[in-house]
Amino acid sequence: MPIRTLAPEIKDPVSFDIRLPACEKHILSNGVEVYALNMGTEDTLMVNWIFKAGNCYENKKTLAAAANNLLKNGTSRLSAFELSEHFEYYGAYLNRSCYNETSEVSLHCLNKHVEKLIPVVSEIITDSIYPEKELDIYVQNSCQKLTVNLKKCEFVASRLIDAYLFGEAHPYGKYSNREDYEALRREELLEFYNTYYRHGRCMIMVAGKLPDKLIDLLEKEIGKLPLRSFHGDTDDIAYAFAPASQKKYRMINDEQGVQAAIRIARHFPNRQDPDFQKAMVLNNIYGGYFGSRLMANIREDKGYTYGIYSYLLNHVHQSGWMISTEAGRKVSEDTIAEAYGEMEILRNAPVSEEELRLTRNYMIGTILGDLDGPFQVAARWKNLILNGLDEQYFYNTLQTIKTVTAEELQAIANKYLLPDEFYELVVI
Amino acid sequence: MIQFDRFTLGNGLRVIVHEDHSTPMAVVDIMYDVGARDEDPSKTGFAHLFEHLMFGGSVNIRDFETPLNMAGGENNAYTTNDVTNYYIQLPAENLETALWLESDRMLSLAFSKKSLDVQRKVVCEEFKEHYINKPYGDTWFKLREMAYQRHPYRWMTIGKELSHIENASLADVKAFFHKHYCPANAILAIAGNITVARARELVEKWFGDIPPGEKYVRDLPSEPPQNEERRLTVEADVPLDALYKCWHMDSRLEHGYYVADLITEALGGGSSSRLYQALVKEKQLFSAIECYHFGSVEKGLLAIEGKLVKGVRMEDAEKAVEEELKKIKEEGISETELTKIKNRTESAIAFEDMSVMARANNLAFYELLGDANLFNEDREKYFSVSSEDILNYSRKIFDVNNSNTLCYYSKN
Repeated sequence: MPIRTLAPEIKDPVSFDIRLPACEKHILSNGVEVYALNMGTEDTLMVNWIFKAGNCYENKKTLAAAANNLLKNGTSRLSAFELSEHFEYYGAYLNRSCYNETSEVSLHCLNKHVEKLIPVVSEIITDSIYPEKELDIYVQNSCQKLTVNLKKCEFVASRLIDAYLFGEAHPYGKYSNREDYEALRREELLEFYNTYYRHGRCMIMVAGKLPDKLIDLLEKEIGKLPLRSFHGDTDDIAYAFAPASQKKYRMINDEQGVQAAIRIARHFPNRQDPDFQKAMVLNNIYGGYFGSRLMANIREDKGYTYGIYSYLLNHVHQSGWMISTEAGRKVSEDTIAEAYGEMEILRNAPVSEEELRLTRNYMIGTILGDLDGPFQVAARWKNLILNGLDEQYFYNTLQTIKTVTAEELQAIANKYLLPDEFYELVVI
Repeated sequence: MIQFDRFTLGNGLRVIVHEDHSTPMAVVDIMYDVGARDEDPSKTGFAHLFEHLMFGGSVNIRDFETPLNMAGGENNAYTTNDVTNYYIQLPAENLETALWLESDRMLSLAFSKKSLDVQRKVVCEEFKEHYINKPYGDTWFKLREMAYQRHPYRWMTIGKELSHIENASLADVKAFFHKHYCPANAILAIAGNITVARARELVEKWFGDIPPGEKYVRDLPSEPPQNEERRLTVEADVPLDALYKCWHMDSRLEHGYYVADLITEALGGGSSSRLYQALVKEKQLFSAIECYHFGSVEKGLLAIEGKLVKGVRMEDAEKAVEEELKKIKEEGISETELTKIKNRTESAIAFEDMSVMARANNLAFYELLGDANLFNEDREKYFSVSSEDILNYSRKIFDVNNSNTLCYYSKN
């Protein structure tokens, strides 16, 4: 009979020697960098084109997102339908996404089809024509989707808190309304496309069990295009960092609402700041995972919510520290008071050695799990590269998790977890 | 081809082990053969509420989460109408911690009143977040009740109404545990950087002495074949009109299931699919349209749902959907289109198989269906579907007397 009251011996994850699998770098003849992760056991592949074409380069709201979304809606040779059908015939996924600094075109496919697919991506990034009719449909359907989303308190809250934090004109703070979609013009899309895609700054990440000739194929199909190296000077559009002066907001979006979306947030420096990695550890204790103090108190003790989390925003230039939950309407003010109460505890008392060991082990275990598979490793490398960091930063993170002291964490709490510094929003 | 070993403990616990030495992690997946379909109609939502209580401490271990996090592990669980699944991922060196924790809660829960009181509230907030405080959130409550008149797929996993969850008692919790949570009603799948021998040794150590419990014999009321058209109209404070239709389809292991799956691909898979191209792009009647099914173990539902473009009449939108169904029923699909949807399916399987967690989960699920090896046969089953099968099955299910339609109107 096993002794069930006694936990089995564990190997402390803190003692693991985690290595970030190496990323090979190639440079195509036009200067475009290719970062390659050759690992994995399945014959599957990801090719991700990353452009400096995020919303910080647009001079009109939602232009960058529209230019990205409509990339595959027609070239001079193929219609939107023919393009979609081509990728889908080979069981491939061609996704687009637009962020603040960058935008992406990502291809996931079985290795055996890659030669049929990359030439068509090449066509898309050099010869997209943005048909008027496709734009009209996009505007109509985006507006429809927006009207549904605006009924949801969490959608409204997420938009507004970013705007309070960074300003409505700032890339990290702006959001789109119906009139912004309706103001989109085909010529402006074409101009944006021509500058930021066709002649844009681009890098490529490939990951998976890479076929032998993949780099040659990329050189042939992408290396001769008028693209430029991702790294290098850019003509960033200057934008104002304009946080709101008022800190606390209460809104009713739906009189019948039975829940309140709560967002509490403050400014925080970016990853280059020496406090960032320590704050990541403190955040984990505060609200970063299921076992955190916010969850233990507000969900597991009080039952006010299905979930409450805190996190550091993943922005390049300026981050923020955010607490986010949907809680019962009647307990929303109590939830906020409890969130501040947990900050106070972290300011006033050092974290116990036991809780710190738990946090270290959990975080290291999670990183080990996150590195499981080529696409996950590629995502980590991408984040390093886009933040201007290298693998040393990854090893520093591990080192911080393993060695940060309770006193250092308490100092971070006293520097940042100050209720007066936080914006506070409740949307019912 | 996913390799695995399989053995059964003396108490009836079925165990699957899948070695994968390319990962440093291990996955422990326990699937209990109980879902919302096994609930009392006056106590719905219970299987899911119970899943929450499984984290409220077990007989010898007060706190489930902390020792697992200490070992570098993470876990979660989900409940469906068919099954309840608990999964853990942790560094393979610490596999024993996961088995210790899982075995103790299979042995017995702590049955804490505090945990029940809190989780009732948490689940009520989950209910509100996903189904009450959301536009169109009540749709599938209504559609299930319309499509199923007797079978317990009539209700949602979350439960019919908040009061069923609010009224759950500790006596209900105990009875449910003793009926469903025992080796005889569970499958344990272990995957990752482990060996079969080591896994077996640890499983015998931690699970071997748990009393077998009684095998639950499922005896659910079967749904009589639908032979009339069913329709419902709803008006609510939502921004857009929406149309929902669903039809009964075959159960998970029948040939018809695979055909239905490919039909949903042809109609709604990707932006070159039939419904998207015809109704969103060409006719612009819908701003979004989807076609999907629920992957149910027993006879399930194939559904189409779409949001109407403002100004479009419901009758015109529905007629256009019917025209697309008529096309597939009269003309079937071309060999090229069939190749496309099979390629998409092949690719979806390959990407899913990359995750050791997904492999463990699938092995447990197929073993629960009768044989873990069915997992490896899926690909072949999809590839054996012919265009004639698609034609015949479309004719069979897209019959007006097998249809349930919900016209969801905006009040504004």
